[in-house]
Amino acid sequence: MRQFVERHSFWSFVILVALGVFLWLIFAVWPEWLEAVLGRKKTFVNTFLNGLTLAGLYFLVASGFTLVFGLMRNVNLAHGSMYLLGAYIGYEAAEATGNWFIGLAVAFLAIAVTGILLQVLIFRRMEGDALRQTMVTIGISIIAADLMLAIWSGATYQFDPPEWLIGAAELPIISAVRSSGEAVYLKYPLYRLTVLGVAVAVGIALWLFLNRTRVGMMIRAGVNDRDMLSATGVNVQLVFALVFAIGAGLAGLAGVIGGTALSIAPGEDIRYLLASLVVVIVGGLGSVTGAAIGALLIGLAEQFGLAYFPTYGVVLTFLIMVVVLAVRPQGVMGQA
Amino acid sequence: MDRRSLFFGSGPLAQVHPAALLAGIFLIAYPSFASDFFTFQIGAYSLILGTISLSLMMLAGYGGMVSLAQLAVAGLAGYLVAILGDNSVGVMGLGWPWWLTVPVAILGAAIFGTLIGIISVRTEGIYTIMITLAIAVAFFYFVRQNYDLFNGFTGFAGVAPPTLFGIYWRSPDAFYYLSLAVAAFYFFAVVYCARSTFGLSLQATRDNPRRMRAIGFDVTLHRVAAYFLAGLIAGTGGVLMVWFNGRISPGSVGVDVAIDILVIAVIGGLRHPVGPFIGAVAFVMLENFAIDLIDRERFNTVIGLAFLLVVLFSPDGLLGLWNRFGGTLRFRRPASLEKLERSGAG
Repeated sequence: MRQFVERHSFWSFVILVALGVFLWLIFAVWPEWLEAVLGRKKTFVNTFLNGLTLAGLYFLVASGFTLVFGLMRNVNLAHGSMYLLGAYIGYEAAEATGNWFIGLAVAFLAIAVTGILLQVLIFRRMEGDALRQTMVTIGISIIAADLMLAIWSGATYQFDPPEWLIGAAELPIISAVRSSGEAVYLKYPLYRLTVLGVAVAVGIALWLFLNRTRVGMMIRAGVNDRDMLSATGVNVQLVFALVFAIGAGLAGLAGVIGGTALSIAPGEDIRYLLASLVVVIVGGLGSVTGAAIGALLIGLAEQFGLAYFPTYGVVLTFLIMVVVLAVRPQGVMGQA
Repeated sequence: MDRRSLFFGSGPLAQVHPAALLAGIFLIAYPSFASDFFTFQIGAYSLILGTISLSLMMLAGYGGMVSLAQLAVAGLAGYLVAILGDNSVGVMGLGWPWWLTVPVAILGAAIFGTLIGIISVRTEGIYTIMITLAIAVAFFYFVRQNYDLFNGFTGFAGVAPPTLFGIYWRSPDAFYYLSLAVAAFYFFAVVYCARSTFGLSLQATRDNPRRMRAIGFDVTLHRVAAYFLAGLIAGTGGVLMVWFNGRISPGSVGVDVAIDILVIAVIGGLRHPVGPFIGAVAFVMLENFAIDLIDRERFNTVIGLAFLLVVLFSPDGLLGLWNRFGGTLRFRRPASLEKLERSGAG
């Protein structure tokens, strides 16, 4: 961070000013000329919060994807299927027990086990052959999508979150001032804020796990030089299985959380696969921080695109990817 | 050494492998004994899918770039035909004559393919798959959301080939021969291209880009040029595809279809231009007759399993199986190529 500021003083300044303007846009009461340009403040802040929530969801899915790639150079294109499978399994478990948290835990565990199976049965057999791994996971995702369609049909499912998570929270953000001088505070669904909180918590936990624990140290060492790590006596295969389990489990977890915030339906697997792909391409493959930055960029771009120019919303996401590839092919936080 | 090799026999007819000759005669005589359904729904459809997969095979087999966006390229050509020519939806349909629409559509698709190439050649291997997949998905969502130009979710219908020389080109026999002519043209073009200087340097780039760069070749330019040529092939395939279906909608350029194209190329084999066509025939047969084996609804499971088995056990596809068990009928590549590969390997 300090290095970046010293090296790119000008850009740090620009980023700081942009951040300042943004914060002012969110907390200040908008003057009339601004409302005339950008529309109502409520729309703007709501879009911003929706973007943040979506970014949190994308981060949950993409962090597992990027973690697996960073350590093992395995591109798991069945990651989207794991998201959807996690959502379905979590739904069944939550329906059966009536407890949303059990659904969450079951989804995490079930998909983590699926991930381990995938690693042991498929990826371990074709180590180093990235193209073949990619194609095999494509094949798996085709079959998985079809079987899930057979089991859960094309219907849309919706979770019931625990009651204390339903409802709206009043935020300390003034959306408008009534003529009587009374301030109207913005309301936002509590559950969506929770999604954001969970994503931040998972991000911090991942960072602590990777940077402050012994196993995390092994993983980071494996990212840099896998052969040397195994030469020092670490059971690399065990570390691989663990990382795969965490990465896949996070996708399953995201399935339940995303399925509650939005809904579960066939086709969501492709959507989240695309999201993770773009997020890690933008953020840099193998970097959890990069996944966070990429998720933030893509989530915000998608929501603002949807709100302000609906027809070309996808193009905005795509443009970000192209610009990043043109300027920094390895991604924002990727190592060259 | 057997001098007669399948498809690589040059010069006098005697040097052409008898199997290739037989295949040619069979393909030309096919409509005379096949029913309309087999000519149109199986024959022509396989040839079209094979042509689109051929563009992927060329990029992946010779250039080492597995692009999942080739269907998007073909789809754009199809959309351009519907937009510039006539359609029955009442959106766009500028009514250009066919001799203007078709070249513009193919060229537009090729330029789109080149742009995709420019973006994705900055990366290699699995990154290429990821980026082209992202492009393919983005294209799908874009045409679905855009109503001004692409008519959104509905797409276009009522797109038909012109009636020319008194022949209605969508009648089964005529359309079959049209597809066969296009497929044969591109097949031989790719075979020729693979032996040309450009093709050889492209394959050398696949095997060792660093060395090629050191020798002084413009690696990026070769790859982008390959994307342009593949775009021409896919674009023509796309024009035929929209004529075949008579309609085009976001569903025609969806991710599942894009992956089907990859499945076809991989099942057939990425080593020789005949692979995509073999794969297409296998795919279309499965698609039409899997109904007899199992539930029609579970077609994707069948095709996914077939794909998985091929990738797991025969990386060279059906072509690889043929080579392994085919005995004397070998799809041999020219000696110059093999020598080049041997020296370039590693």
